[in-house]
Amino acid sequence: MESFLRTFSDQTINGLVIGNIYAFIAVGLALIFGVGNLINFAHGSVFMVGAYVGWVCMTWWNLPLAVAFVVVALVCALVGMAIERFALYPLRGAPPIAPLLATIGVSFMIDQAVQLLFSRNPHAFPNPLIEHRFQVGGVTVGAIDLLIAGVGVVAALTLYAFLRFTRWGWALRATAQDREAALQMGVNVNAVNRMTFAIAAALGGIAGLLVGMYFNTVYPTMSFQATFKGFAAVVLGGLGNVPGAVLGGLLLGLIESYGVAIFGATYRNLFAFVILIAVLVWRPDGLFSLKPRVAQEPLTGTFIAKGRPVPTPKWLIAPLIGVAFVLPILVPNPYLLQILTNAWLLGMVALSVTLVTGTAGQTSLGQAGFMAIGAYASALLVLRLGWPFELSMMAAASISAVLGTLLVFPAFRLRAAYIAIATLAIGEIVNQIILNWEGLTKGAMGIAGLPPPSFLGWQMIRPHEIYYFSLALLCLAALTQWRLVRSPLGRTWRSLREDEIAAQAFGVNLNRYKTLAFGVAAWIAGLSGAVTGHMYTYISHETFTNTTSILALTMVILGGMGNLLGAIVGAVTLTALPEVFRGLADYRYLVYGLTLLLVIRFRPQGLLGTD
Amino acid sequence: MALLEIRRVSRAFDGVLAVNEVSFQMDEGETVSIIGPNGAGKTTLFNLITGLDRPNEGDIRFDGESLIDLPPDAYARRGIARTFQHGRVFGNLSVLDNVLLGAHSRRRATQARSSFLHLARELFYGLFWPSSVRQEEQALRAEAEMILAQFGERLLPRLHQPAYSLSYANRRRVEIARALMLKPRLLLLDEPTAGMNPAETAEMLEFLHTLKARGQTILLIEHKLSLVMKLSDRVVVMDEGRVIAEGAPEVVRSDPRVIEAYLGHHRTGEGVAADEVAASQAPRAVVADFSEGAI
Repeated sequence: MESFLRTFSDQTINGLVIGNIYAFIAVGLALIFGVGNLINFAHGSVFMVGAYVGWVCMTWWNLPLAVAFVVVALVCALVGMAIERFALYPLRGAPPIAPLLATIGVSFMIDQAVQLLFSRNPHAFPNPLIEHRFQVGGVTVGAIDLLIAGVGVVAALTLYAFLRFTRWGWALRATAQDREAALQMGVNVNAVNRMTFAIAAALGGIAGLLVGMYFNTVYPTMSFQATFKGFAAVVLGGLGNVPGAVLGGLLLGLIESYGVAIFGATYRNLFAFVILIAVLVWRPDGLFSLKPRVAQEPLTGTFIAKGRPVPTPKWLIAPLIGVAFVLPILVPNPYLLQILTNAWLLGMVALSVTLVTGTAGQTSLGQAGFMAIGAYASALLVLRLGWPFELSMMAAASISAVLGTLLVFPAFRLRAAYIAIATLAIGEIVNQIILNWEGLTKGAMGIAGLPPPSFLGWQMIRPHEIYYFSLALLCLAALTQWRLVRSPLGRTWRSLREDEIAAQAFGVNLNRYKTLAFGVAAWIAGLSGAVTGHMYTYISHETFTNTTSILALTMVILGGMGNLLGAIVGAVTLTALPEVFRGLADYRYLVYGLTLLLVIRFRPQGLLGTD
Repeated sequence: MALLEIRRVSRAFDGVLAVNEVSFQMDEGETVSIIGPNGAGKTTLFNLITGLDRPNEGDIRFDGESLIDLPPDAYARRGIARTFQHGRVFGNLSVLDNVLLGAHSRRRATQARSSFLHLARELFYGLFWPSSVRQEEQALRAEAEMILAQFGERLLPRLHQPAYSLSYANRRRVEIARALMLKPRLLLLDEPTAGMNPAETAEMLEFLHTLKARGQTILLIEHKLSLVMKLSDRVVVMDEGRVIAEGAPEVVRSDPRVIEAYLGHHRTGEGVAADEVAASQAPRAVVADFSEGAI
């Protein structure tokens, strides 16, 4: 009993300390959401930059801790302002999801830049504090815990005083309440925006520094988790609600801490994603809102730019396919064929994204989850039940369609930006389940020894064989989808993309048509996942990550939303481009991020236009 | 039996009654207009009748069946079609596709009994385009062009243009065409002539007259009272969520309560001079229109 109490109180301290850090991240996100009505995906990257700047300060320059804090806050504030100035400011007046996508591009770029500068390996973070742990009333507390708590309290009080008692804080609150009115009253809302980003980024950077010290390590991929923990905390507290974000952060920290104590450490990241979706779906105003308001929709509409598709002459399609089919004979370069095979398989995923996001208007960042379901389903059917690949592939696609749609179903009531976050979280949840359901999936070990794809006794081992197979599948998927979107069904999908209310008034059952869209998309993505898995011969919970999902969406934006040929052009371009310019291969994600930014800014309808 | 029957319907937002115990009915073939100052609850009532919003109290019956527990997409299948106050065309869809969507609930694929059958049918039809579906689509297309032809040369030449490229007035016409494509038993028009110039308004009036002559049941919200007076069989006047008068146009027009509603409220007079209120609400133009009956 004594030891249970001790564990319990230790977990509580633990949870509060981590929660304090989440609160730091969440407050920044809440400020940005409140002022700019923007969900900032780059926030975790700034957090990671803060951790690295702190690491540089302490290991390279041997600066005292207090100075490191100041340097981190300043550098991150500058980064935040730069993000606002160069990525978001030019997008004023664009559809609300445009700046969200831009922050995804920025986060890709920052993450890759840090990787290039500091390598992708973790670095040990020195602990400048005394290692002694204090006994306070039966609870052990480390110096770092006290530091985090202290910084947290100081930051919260400073922020409160700033918002309450300064002119700038006044302007910030006014802008958050009513941007137009603030502008009318002479508030420089653009300056307020930039200042908000600076404050949020400084807070995020300090959180990064604290996390680095707490876990004694920094690594580039810490950014994505931080963004999501922050989202979960913000959503718990109510979007745009700053005190709510602090409470949400602390609560999330406690939930994680107790959850890990009960279920085990590998479950740590699952809680945030599940909480995120559950709160978005069932309490979209957060836990602490007194009365449920009439649901506000600060962010609606998918990223559909006005404009017609660029006319692609029909006679061009057949020769293009022809060229793709004779290419292995003309250029029997296995390296090239491998890259193009990747492009075909990712092209299928891009097709699935363009169906849900471009045609049906449900911005999806969870496509990798469908791929993972497909890959694991096929692997298990082949390895455990001895099914032939051609059967397992079809079954896997169907399992992906059913499971994927069921997973997304609770999020159907969400609109554009929220469904983007929810689907991203669903993709993560799929991977977390794969990681933790060891009996079925072998957990972190992954599944090795998948036989290569085969079709009616034809084993695809050499590059050109799998090339032909994936190209054929891509053509089939494109043909299927082309028939669907040209039919009355496609018209109905587009109507709900354009205006759900009007579509509903004309008898369109939104849930059914979203089910169809996600079902077909998850089928195609699952098929691609199954083939990809067998091609790699090894899959794990890290094979199909959110990066793949974001990449697929970038391909679609590049090619033009809802445009089938555009999706394939986008897939080929983004897969091949870094390889063609050999030097670019190391800068792959910089290229992806920059592409996303530039397309959103200068050609929002994509290369081939919205269809 | 009345086609539409509204029984003591109320809807409150944050404690304010936007619609307060409203009752009225209309018969098949009637044209009824709802008029009243801004904020009287007209559009809220429309939203209740079309299922986009739920009443807190009361019942709405259509052809004897209570509507208030039906999902929003079930209203169209019963023959209720509407246009929207601020216009809700599908911007990136062509004019033709906009109008064709009006027939959504008439398509064979959507007639299935269960949701599973519905989905399976949509998928099968979409993939294989059986000849029955092609024929249906062709027939609907011809019908859509017929409906659009009623607007003369306004929309026919723009059949394949995206709706966002249309003028404001043309978008309203597309919305009406889309609603007609449902073959509605009850057509609800929310300010069909808003933003139209006098010539366009006259044209719309003529169009609505033809609809009416064909026996179309129309429930209309409209601010241009001359149009209301010429077109309606009956007029329902709302103010502050309540029905304050109802009857034939010529009776309603001389009802003192109606005139007062448009001039200003005596209840707001506490501490504020009545004509000040009237001036701040700028109702004079309406009054002029009301008394002269001119467009």
